[in-house]
Amino acid sequence: MDIVVCVRQVPEVADAELEINKEGTEILKEDLVMDINECDNYAVEEAVRIKEAHGGKITVITLGDEDCEDVLRTALAMGADEAIRIDEQGFELSDAAGIAKGLYRAIRDLSFDLLLTGAQSSDDGWGQVGLILAESLGLPYASLAVGIEIAEGKTIVHRELESNTREKVEIPLPAVLTVQTGINNPRYPSIMGIQKVRKIEIKETDSEELGLSEEDIGPMGSSVASQRLSLPAVGEGAEILTGSLGEICEQTAQIIRNKGVI
Amino acid sequence: MDEILVLVEHRNGELRDITFEMLTMANRLGRENNLAVTCLFLGHEASDLSERLKGACDTILLMQDPELANYNADPYLMAMETVIKRCKPVLTLIGHTAVGMDLAPAIATRLSLPLLTDCVEVNLEEGRLEVLRQIYGGKINARFSMKPSDQYLISVRTGSFESKVKQGKSANVETVHAPAWTTLKGRRFLGYLEAELEDVDIAAADILVSIGRGIGKPENIPLAQDFADSIGATLACSRPVADEEWLPKSRQVGTSGKTVRPKLYIALGISGAYQHQVGMKNADTIIAVNTDPRAPIFNVADYGIVADLLKVLPLLTDKFVKK
Repeated sequence: MDIVVCVRQVPEVADAELEINKEGTEILKEDLVMDINECDNYAVEEAVRIKEAHGGKITVITLGDEDCEDVLRTALAMGADEAIRIDEQGFELSDAAGIAKGLYRAIRDLSFDLLLTGAQSSDDGWGQVGLILAESLGLPYASLAVGIEIAEGKTIVHRELESNTREKVEIPLPAVLTVQTGINNPRYPSIMGIQKVRKIEIKETDSEELGLSEEDIGPMGSSVASQRLSLPAVGEGAEILTGSLGEICEQTAQIIRNKGVI
Repeated sequence: MDEILVLVEHRNGELRDITFEMLTMANRLGRENNLAVTCLFLGHEASDLSERLKGACDTILLMQDPELANYNADPYLMAMETVIKRCKPVLTLIGHTAVGMDLAPAIATRLSLPLLTDCVEVNLEEGRLEVLRQIYGGKINARFSMKPSDQYLISVRTGSFESKVKQGKSANVETVHAPAWTTLKGRRFLGYLEAELEDVDIAAADILVSIGRGIGKPENIPLAQDFADSIGATLACSRPVADEEWLPKSRQVGTSGKTVRPKLYIALGISGAYQHQVGMKNADTIIAVNTDPRAPIFNVADYGIVADLLKVLPLLTDKFVKK
């Protein structure tokens, strides 16, 4: 059961106040902690669990700058065997299709039974790369997997639908699955574990080696002409309570009582 | 006349709201750009259901086949490929749902169409397409202008447009033959799964205290539980808390969890991505506690507290326990 997992490094923004650059094209990332995209972490864990149950080899692949090696090292420490990094140069301002082109070229010559990606990235959230890869590779797929069972020559996938509903689909292998958060409980690799994989060589490649030109990727290859970022208007709805923490809590208690539900 | 094609979404014999939401937007774009609005209904023995679309579009293309009885990406892709190649719609709209997320990128790749996913606003002026998306969990608005193209594919976020069944139209129904299923890749729909057994029904509670990522670690949950107990509330959560299995999935509020409408909803450390908002924004009163003053949750809350929930909780619990 050989598995390829695509991962991506993203800034953690859940608890951060975000700012945008002067040009309005990017958020400022200097003060943000970079980490593996959440769904991708679940995808790596799922791959490791499948390997533990069925044997095989796991290759993790990312497209990004040198700092993204951290994400690959973490995946190796979790149980992946090989890692590939496609250098980001030339891919800046690519749309999802451009990113997928890079990954496709690096993956198409690999032999695998299962290709896993996260269902979407937490930054620009296109949710496209996994399925573009499936269609480019001519493979069957299922998105939003919250349960994966491996059987003889096929996989049974639980897909997450709306309103606490799931559907069960069967797909012949090799296949592409995009993994949703919550499918498992990802392990935290120890510092020792990360030390142990330090010597594993990360294979590097780039757009040129993959035979991609300016017309294929980056702004020229993108279907987007321009993008303009802005911060949404603040607290349109909410009355923000002010004062000391004690005063705020007193006001809050009053509001709760006044609503007459207690 | 050029057209806008809308993929009808239905499940278990019911039309999904997203269909009418997309039609509301499509009809506006149609009026502004002189485009007809066509619904594509893929299904099996579902003529009656398709009738319900008559008041909301100009034409209904009805393709019926046993392969299309339940949603399945394999035959859906072939069916859409057939129809899009024939009709060449300027815009094709799909819901950004478990169906659309499973379909749109593959169609775009197969037909080399530019694709924009998860759009909340769509504008078309003299053939130029501009959309608004919310990125970074709703913390940033991103407005995209697209390069010129004869055709675009767009997936639309649920709840972004009004869902109206009657839109002053009276559609013709055209039957379309299903293609020969020659290039299916072997995916099979096996069935829907029942939700797991649940300990409490959060949808039935009058007061919900709901915790998010900001709770930090499972050891902090008793703080929230104590507060909930002190005001007679039920404990609920956002997705990350259920993903971590700190609370059961049955407690999750949002698109993939439950939609709730309590009298009082107290959101603690929940940033309020739209997937969560969809599930709770219709609560009578919403109080939100978050450290980020720009957290999207404050856009749907009635009262906001910009503070660390771990500091707020003991003080608040005290106010109710002592009396």
